Amino acid sequence: MAADKQVTTTGLLGWIDERFPLTSNWRAHLSEYYAPKNFNFWYFFGSLALLLLVNQIVTGIFLTMHYKPDALLAFASVEYIMREVPYGWLIRYLHSTGASAFFIVVYLHMFRGLIYGSYKKPRELIWIFGVLIFLTLMGEAFFGYLLPWGQMSYWGAQVIVNLFGSVPFIGDDLSLWIRGDYVVSDATLNRFFAFHVIALPLAIIGLVAAHILALHEVGSNNPDGVEIKDNKDPKTGVPRDGIPFHPYYTVKDMFGSMVFLFVFSVIIFFAPEMGGYFLEHNNFLPANPLVTPEHIAPVWYFTPYYSILRAIPPMWESQFPGVAAMGLAVMVFFLLPWLDRCPVKSIRYRGASFKNWIAVFVISTLVLGYLGTVPIDVWGKFGAGVPLVSNTEVATWVARIFTILYFAFFALMPWYTKNEKTLPVPARVT
Amino acid sequence: MTIIKKLLVLLCFAPALALAAGGSWPLESAPLKPTDVTSLQSGASAFVNYCLNCHGVAHVRYTALKGIGLTDMQIRDNLLFTQPKVTNMMTVAMRPEDAKQWFGVPPPDLSVITRVRGADWLYGYLRAFYRDSNTMTGWNNAVFPNVAMPHALWELQGERAAIFAMEKDGHGGEHRVLKTLEPAKGGALTPLQYDQLAGDLVNFLVWASEPGAVERKRVGYYVLMVLGALVLLTYLLKAAFWKDVH
Amino acid sequence: MSDPSNVDKTRRNLVVGTAAASGLAGLTAAWPFVESMNPSERAKALGAPVEADISNLKPGQLLTVEWQGKPVWILKRTPAMNDSITKADAAVVDPDVKTSKQPADLKGKKLRAQKDDIFVAVGICSHLGCSPKFQPDQDMFYCPCHGSKFDLAGRVYRSVPAPTNLEVPPHVYLSDTLILIGADKKEA
Repeated sequence: MAADKQVTTTGLLGWIDERFPLTSNWRAHLSEYYAPKNFNFWYFFGSLALLLLVNQIVTGIFLTMHYKPDALLAFASVEYIMREVPYGWLIRYLHSTGASAFFIVVYLHMFRGLIYGSYKKPRELIWIFGVLIFLTLMGEAFFGYLLPWGQMSYWGAQVIVNLFGSVPFIGDDLSLWIRGDYVVSDATLNRFFAFHVIALPLAIIGLVAAHILALHEVGSNNPDGVEIKDNKDPKTGVPRDGIPFHPYYTVKDMFGSMVFLFVFSVIIFFAPEMGGYFLEHNNFLPANPLVTPEHIAPVWYFTPYYSILRAIPPMWESQFPGVAAMGLAVMVFFLLPWLDRCPVKSIRYRGASFKNWIAVFVISTLVLGYLGTVPIDVWGKFGAGVPLVSNTEVATWVARIFTILYFAFFALMPWYTKNEKTLPVPARVT
Repeated sequence: MTIIKKLLVLLCFAPALALAAGGSWPLESAPLKPTDVTSLQSGASAFVNYCLNCHGVAHVRYTALKGIGLTDMQIRDNLLFTQPKVTNMMTVAMRPEDAKQWFGVPPPDLSVITRVRGADWLYGYLRAFYRDSNTMTGWNNAVFPNVAMPHALWELQGERAAIFAMEKDGHGGEHRVLKTLEPAKGGALTPLQYDQLAGDLVNFLVWASEPGAVERKRVGYYVLMVLGALVLLTYLLKAAFWKDVH
Repeated sequence: MSDPSNVDKTRRNLVVGTAAASGLAGLTAAWPFVESMNPSERAKALGAPVEADISNLKPGQLLTVEWQGKPVWILKRTPAMNDSITKADAAVVDPDVKTSKQPADLKGKKLRAQKDDIFVAVGICSHLGCSPKFQPDQDMFYCPCHGSKFDLAGRVYRSVPAPTNLEVPPHVYLSDTLILIGADKKEA
């Protein structure tokens, strides 16, 4: 068997290569993985997401050494980490700021895929694995947010778990089963801890591996949306517009990582709460099942979806339509490869209609995201004096309009992309 | 693409827009001096003497006060009232059940209070008590209306009376609006001294919310210097490799 | 690229420089994580020196106090007990107490105590960490786990599994009846 294998390395490396595909994997994924040479700023975020995954896992392991998943001890154990564990404050801020940074980076990474058509054939599976990572990450963040056992942790979990209660027929039993108690309690905290530290991290690592393997199978897209494999040097078989990932992109990503770490450190060391956006003020109050804070908002990365939930009125005496819309707002990303019927990948050569719709989508997400951070009474005070709508409902209507626009971006895509007036795509990358 | 870039800039400023809301009583910014040990020690002493009977800072260990320049001996001799040992936590002397009976709500632990309310709110609150015969305690507060807590520092500040005015609202009705607080009876401290004491207390509680904050920033400067150097170095490295790519 | 005449020196220097600098930075970044596993302020507070009041301790009696989570024995030895220690000289490994884990000023003192009648020791067997039993009728401490024996100065007997004498912790007399265990000076 081993004789069939062509091993060209010698010495210790040769010994290993006869038994383990070290050199072949190094070549396949790094030194002879050819990436397009025209990656721009947007292509940093994939490697930064990986960096943050490592950060979350490492800091998470060390936090687990001191944290107590017990309703009576959890809040105090976080303060214990912040004050009494040597450098505990640093590890905790790396983890809490890392969570927000992870979402920033992932959103920018997804946006990159959106504008350069990285979800299109043959990269549909990369995109699907990516959306699965995003979904799992949202679950991971949600479970993790309960652990400090502050007021926002507690009531956020209470509200989100109750959303499942609106599922027809099985809702009440479902939310009871998720909590393991009649309200969010010690039992809930303990199981969320298990999901947060074991189950979902394993799933995320597996999905990230699948995401990267799928990418290396078909090769990277680029800002021109040109398939570099279509133009290979006939002698070497190397794409003419490709350069080996190592060393070119390893050094480039190192530079990107250092710039990122610089900005990340500015936040960690000088503004770890980020004005209440990364660590919410009310979460420094211990969880109190008898008193709800006046203003419950999820952490910023969930607010666009939370706005969609609040914008949709109860129908048929049920909150389920809002919950379903919120779920759909995330799930709809799965369909993107089939909704977009334009053969051109990159936004550089696409028609005005697609560019305009992208702008609509970005504006909708940002407006919904902002509305999700402000309390419901601010929704009432929003822009008084608009005709036809009563003052207290203006913000609700704003949210509704942008919710419709958000979904229209996806729902109308097959039509506005079908006969798009595109520019000619160059044969080689520019 | 420029539209998208503008939107990203907008996104960066969105948090600033969201912070516009606030209460009706104007808040001054608290005189925070995170490295001024005199102010921190004065705040610690005032806290232990006037607050610790009802409010603990239960996540702070007495020995942590070494962080504001005190020695174990000084802590034990001057500040250690509620616990037998300096290695214990700064918990409250009163039992929570008693407190609940006296005030209706148990006085909250203040370990991280400035991270919940903010230093300016607290500085305003401590200086906004006034006499009010309609409340259970005989005190009210302009920053926290109908607060359950009486004015624990009244012997120092003295008493103040509220001046109300009637104001019309947009719907044609009239409201009694708190305009100013006027001195009614002098206290042991002058207004200036009292403000300084309140400032010291807030300074101490900001410290107690995150005793490592000064250290955090100090470490931060070194980290940024190292990362700045690495940004430069990796940029040169990248440029050295990429000069071949055309 | 492997042609030695064609090596780009700037690039090579930068590779070495960046590798060294980021390696150093990485090691420094690992430091807080290593440090976080050391005893916290709480552990240090719980491990702080403890006071033991021996005013009610009668001759022949053993008092156990907890210090750093470990049992610390305070034995008030009778003159007969002290005689038993001298008699055990031939049977113990280190009769002259040359190599024991104990405060420096007890070196060479057979009774291993600041005051002849008060013996302070950490009640943890030097073999595998069990806590030996006080057996006053046989004038020894006997470890039930593996049969190690110690005399009433904590000196280990020959041909038992335990290799060394029992540890005497740092301690200081605050007064005739008050011992501070865990510190060797009065102000800790």
